Amino acid sequence: MARNKEKLVLLLDVGPSMHGVLPEVEKVCSMLVEKKLIFNKDDEVGVVVFGTEETNNELMDEVGGYENIVVLQDIKVVDGDLIDILKKLPRGTVDGDFLDAIVVGMDMLIKKYKGIYKGKKRLCLITNAIHPTKDSLEGSKEDQVGTLAVQMTAQGMKMESIVVRGILSQDANKRIMDENDRLLSIFSKKTRSRTVYVDSPISLLGALKTRRVTPVTVFRGHLELSQQMKIKVWVYKKTQEEKFPTLKKYSEKAPSTSKFATHQVMVDYEYKSVDDSSTVVPPEQRIKGYRYGPQVVPISDAERDAVKFKPEKGVKLLGFTDASNIIRHYYMKDVYLFIAEPGNTRAILAVSAIARAMKEMNKVAILRCVWRQGQQNVVVGVLTPNISQNNKIPDSFYFNVLPFIEDVREYQFPSFNSFPASWLPNEQQQMAADEFVQMLNLAPSGKEEALLPEFTPNPVLERFYHHLELKSKQPDAAVPPLDETLKRITEPDLELDFENKSVLDSLCKHFELKENSKKSARRLLPEKPSGSNGEDGNGNVSDARAVDSIGQEPVVKIEKIGDLTPVQDFEVMMTRRDNPEWVGKAIREMRDKILSLLTNSHGGDNYLVAVECIIALRKGCILEQVSPSPSLCFCCCFFLNLLCGFRCFCLMEPGPYNNLMRYLYRYCQEKEISTFPKLLASMDVTLISKSEAVDSSNFTDDEARRFLDKIKPEPKD
Amino acid sequence: MDLDPEDVFKDEEDDPDNEFFQQSESSKEYVVYLVDASPKMFNTTCPGKDQKDEIHFHVSISCIAESLKTQIICRSYDEVAICFFNTREKKNLQDLNGVFVFNVAEREQLDRPTARLIKEFDCIEESFMREIGSQYGIVPGSRENSLYNALWVAQALLRKGSIKTADKRILLFTNEDDPFGSLQGAAKADMTRTTLQRAKDIQDLGISIELLPLIRLDEEFNVSVLYSDLIGLDSEDLAQFIPSAGQKLEDMKDQLRKRMFTKRIIRRITFHIVKGLSIQLNTYALIRPTVPGAITWLDSVTNRPLKIERSLICEDTGSLIQEPPKRFQPYRNENVKFSMDEISEIKRISTGHLRLLGFKPLCCLKDYHNLRPSTFVYPSDQEVVGSSCIFIALHRSMLRLKRFAVAFYGGSSRPQLVALVARDEITTAGGQMEPPGMHMIYLPYSDDIRDAEEIFPDTEDDAPRADKDQIQKAAALIKRIEMKDFSVFQFANPALQRHYAVLQALALEEDDIPETIDETVPDEEGLARPAVVKAIEEFKLSVYGDNYDEENDHLGKEKVGGASRKRKEIAENAAKDYDWADLADNGQLKDLTVAALKTYLNAHDLPVTGKKEALISRILTHMGK
Repeated sequence: MARNKEKLVLLLDVGPSMHGVLPEVEKVCSMLVEKKLIFNKDDEVGVVVFGTEETNNELMDEVGGYENIVVLQDIKVVDGDLIDILKKLPRGTVDGDFLDAIVVGMDMLIKKYKGIYKGKKRLCLITNAIHPTKDSLEGSKEDQVGTLAVQMTAQGMKMESIVVRGILSQDANKRIMDENDRLLSIFSKKTRSRTVYVDSPISLLGALKTRRVTPVTVFRGHLELSQQMKIKVWVYKKTQEEKFPTLKKYSEKAPSTSKFATHQVMVDYEYKSVDDSSTVVPPEQRIKGYRYGPQVVPISDAERDAVKFKPEKGVKLLGFTDASNIIRHYYMKDVYLFIAEPGNTRAILAVSAIARAMKEMNKVAILRCVWRQGQQNVVVGVLTPNISQNNKIPDSFYFNVLPFIEDVREYQFPSFNSFPASWLPNEQQQMAADEFVQMLNLAPSGKEEALLPEFTPNPVLERFYHHLELKSKQPDAAVPPLDETLKRITEPDLELDFENKSVLDSLCKHFELKENSKKSARRLLPEKPSGSNGEDGNGNVSDARAVDSIGQEPVVKIEKIGDLTPVQDFEVMMTRRDNPEWVGKAIREMRDKILSLLTNSHGGDNYLVAVECIIALRKGCILEQVSPSPSLCFCCCFFLNLLCGFRCFCLMEPGPYNNLMRYLYRYCQEKEISTFPKLLASMDVTLISKSEAVDSSNFTDDEARRFLDKIKPEPKD
Repeated sequence: MDLDPEDVFKDEEDDPDNEFFQQSESSKEYVVYLVDASPKMFNTTCPGKDQKDEIHFHVSISCIAESLKTQIICRSYDEVAICFFNTREKKNLQDLNGVFVFNVAEREQLDRPTARLIKEFDCIEESFMREIGSQYGIVPGSRENSLYNALWVAQALLRKGSIKTADKRILLFTNEDDPFGSLQGAAKADMTRTTLQRAKDIQDLGISIELLPLIRLDEEFNVSVLYSDLIGLDSEDLAQFIPSAGQKLEDMKDQLRKRMFTKRIIRRITFHIVKGLSIQLNTYALIRPTVPGAITWLDSVTNRPLKIERSLICEDTGSLIQEPPKRFQPYRNENVKFSMDEISEIKRISTGHLRLLGFKPLCCLKDYHNLRPSTFVYPSDQEVVGSSCIFIALHRSMLRLKRFAVAFYGGSSRPQLVALVARDEITTAGGQMEPPGMHMIYLPYSDDIRDAEEIFPDTEDDAPRADKDQIQKAAALIKRIEMKDFSVFQFANPALQRHYAVLQALALEEDDIPETIDETVPDEEGLARPAVVKAIEEFKLSVYGDNYDEENDHLGKEKVGGASRKRKEIAENAAKDYDWADLADNGQLKDLTVAALKTYLNAHDLPVTGKKEALISRILTHMGK
């Protein structure tokens, strides 16, 4: 493992012009360390900030200069403290000099590992590079950078520069920016460095690869054009989904104090006969059966091995064809990368020649691939050219899997032209749509393409690691809300919407949508197979988010009061303005929720939640008094009835409310529940008095208060 | 393809789209294939492949046979019946003339397709004339109405099951557009009326009747004579119902095949376009990898299926865990625990809908922006009227402006960005090749994209680039090895074909397994043509130079020679440290470490996987003991 370790120095610009993006820098850097703590525990990381008031680095002590650079953390094995440091980066006061910082970072790596460590050494620079660098004492800046680049290569270091530009940096001196860009490009040309420019907080979070994956070849061998002509290639994965971490199961059986408890859970499988569930069938008596229609055909592994399809390992060319023959949506899988065998000049030339010819002629190649010996299937796929833009990097190919006949379902869909004319857009509508598509442009010329996959991080993973970090400090920490910056991945950009408000409005104006009133009686197909987790069911969607957004359009349309955050759900529903019915619905739902909390309570464990709900309900009712509704009567009566039973039925609408009230009152009495009313009293939950709700309450403050007094001395038991 | 027990219980990672293939019993279909067997079906031919004429009857039979084979693999819960009409013999429960229900042993008339059914149906044409016979059922002077009878029999077959749990369909194959043409006057009117009434009754029961007309070159199939009324087509559908006359047989076959399957919606989703404008879309899985079905474990003694019981055992105490356990992630030297609720809460970053974010030019969608098979979306006005209109407007704009839409697709399994690429309809004489609509392509996140090409740059020099001449030679080569009319539907999956050939043979207890053809091997013959060989040689010379072969071999040997030969040598030497035969005889193999056992296996090129017992038994087998 040792050779796989990475030594990384983060060089972070904290100067005043960077302050706006430092929260994102903090997030992405701590995420980097959080992932290292899980996946690359032995990696070592150091942190250098520049643009600070103070100066603290060895080079200054030794040779002088290198001001305003602070080594926040010497290179050491990653640990939790490092995250704490990165989460609270100092805010600097001076414009930093990134070249000096690079020198300091290199110096740290050289001093620590000189000669003894041959593994991966990396510098990671995050800056906006808009401030001038100091002139060097000897030679031009270019020469100085050249020397640094040579040194970097000699030491086997890599550098990754993330330059924050565009809307994220203020108007800066163009000349200085250009000079800095030129200096950085020398690094890219002369060393194993890459420089990326980002201009939105999302891309800043996505620009730094936070997880280090050592690439593994899928295949090494010949790409056979024919029997006579073969090219040596290595095949890697170009894209592969980074999965949500698989969490182990935790056993709570062992006492949590026990030092040696692993808390691991073993999963045991027992194979039992369907008829007689007491006998366990031993492994050697089991045989695999494959379904063929209603029959299950038993085939032993040995039998299967003897007859199964056994292709020879190899990657063979079937032919070339026009790129237009392969439509993009036929791509079946994540993407592979074919590169010529590294260091094999002739193979690189051959790949380059074919790739460039394919590009010129707009052709693609069809390949048949068997990656490993003993693989049970073949893959037919399409090879497309990838012409390298960087002089250092050889040309290569991308490869994706194409479907077999069996994989394609040829459904027929009605042609749009066959639709009745009323379904087709008219001229104005089409124009509105055209304008909409044109204006809502995420890749306007001259600006960075928004939501570029390469720079868009996975918000779920970000949230998970954030939560993990929170939990490690406080085990019962709640799930944090989705990061504000990352929210823009999931929702339309408000700014862009605002700029094009007229276009959006015109689109809305031109198209009219109606709920289908006479929903056809046709049976709906089940949304999902039974037994899968209820994603689409209304049941839990409302728990999705605790949106605290009084006075603001709820982002997630909550349509039901869920179990996790009933109070928040209720509040969101109450603030919905798109339909007056929401208030009534919210109050009804809340009432039901309170009842179910009470009835499903064991030993009073739900009472607190119930009281919270009642308080929320009370607050909501007072807020809504401008539009008195039967629900308000209900609200008052609800409290009254807890105590007084049937006293004020006259106020209420008859029907379901009455029944509910009777039920609740009787319920408290019959079950001899006294704790709940007591709890209400202790939380100072009173009736809604006339002063709070002029139109709908008939109680004076005093009466309302007396309600509590009445409870206390004579609990119902 | 082995069963990973963990897989069976894989929880949240499941791809909901896969539902499509794990067809459950609740979405099954009952189909009656109703085939006209009148002499006209046998007399009429259409030119097929290789200029051979094929009779219409054969076309119908082969279409059904193909669809049965697909059904048994992907949709084995579907139940089918095959019924001929205008036959000489009769065989049906109602004992009606001119109708013959084809069936095989151990199978009800309407039942799931079995291996035997497919096998016997495959050779039905040989015995058809002898056992079933063809004969016009509607003749002047007789009161028999074979079409009526056939519909009646089909309806009776479909009496099984409720339409709530199954789709019921009758697929009618015929080349006669005017079955009562031979009759006159009142008899004709009467028969037409009763037949139409019968068809209407059937449709009122929730059974759909679909017509699959077979057409001759010179003659049009006139749907409006009888069938448009019989199957209830309105004038709009009518126009596109019959493809133009004069098409090729292959096209007709294509079209029949496509129409034999009903579309299945994976899910209905709401597409938020802008605030206050959300439309309804249906999603379909047009392309998904087909894999051999799930494994059922059997008891090899009784051949009865086994049920798998999973139990969770605490490793510390050994006690059984009943409640669903919490999960943990070791982090900062402690175990951070998560409840399942928390995990699903983390993943829930947006409701399970599609939200439009903006548009980009098509060139922004790179070849490597792909993770999974795409999903097709098509508008639906079923719940929100006006959905289609907006969708079509956007679709047209996107096509014209060459843009694709970027949207966020929420959902529990993996919320992610998707590209919606509009595709225009492509039709050929054989019917629709590409449906109109949008394809949802799942985009990777930055975490999913790797930069493997950047790991080996030459630090000193620039990477070699091909020069003009080399590119020209490559272009010449590309021209030579071109597949002009390549389409993605052209290869069958050889592994799957083999698998099912084996299954079918075993299910029918046949001794020899039919050979399957691997269509995916390169065309060696074509590649050996002199012009191709010449182009290849020229290209080879231009990029590799003269002395390529030696160098290549040299390189090759070096590679194999280097590390792996060394490893093997070590293994062989290590293996010599023990007297294996002696150890085996004395049963002392078990005293060796696994590493030591592996030296033997390595030295003899045997697999080194498995537990210690497996290794030992492998060694013993190898020694012949």
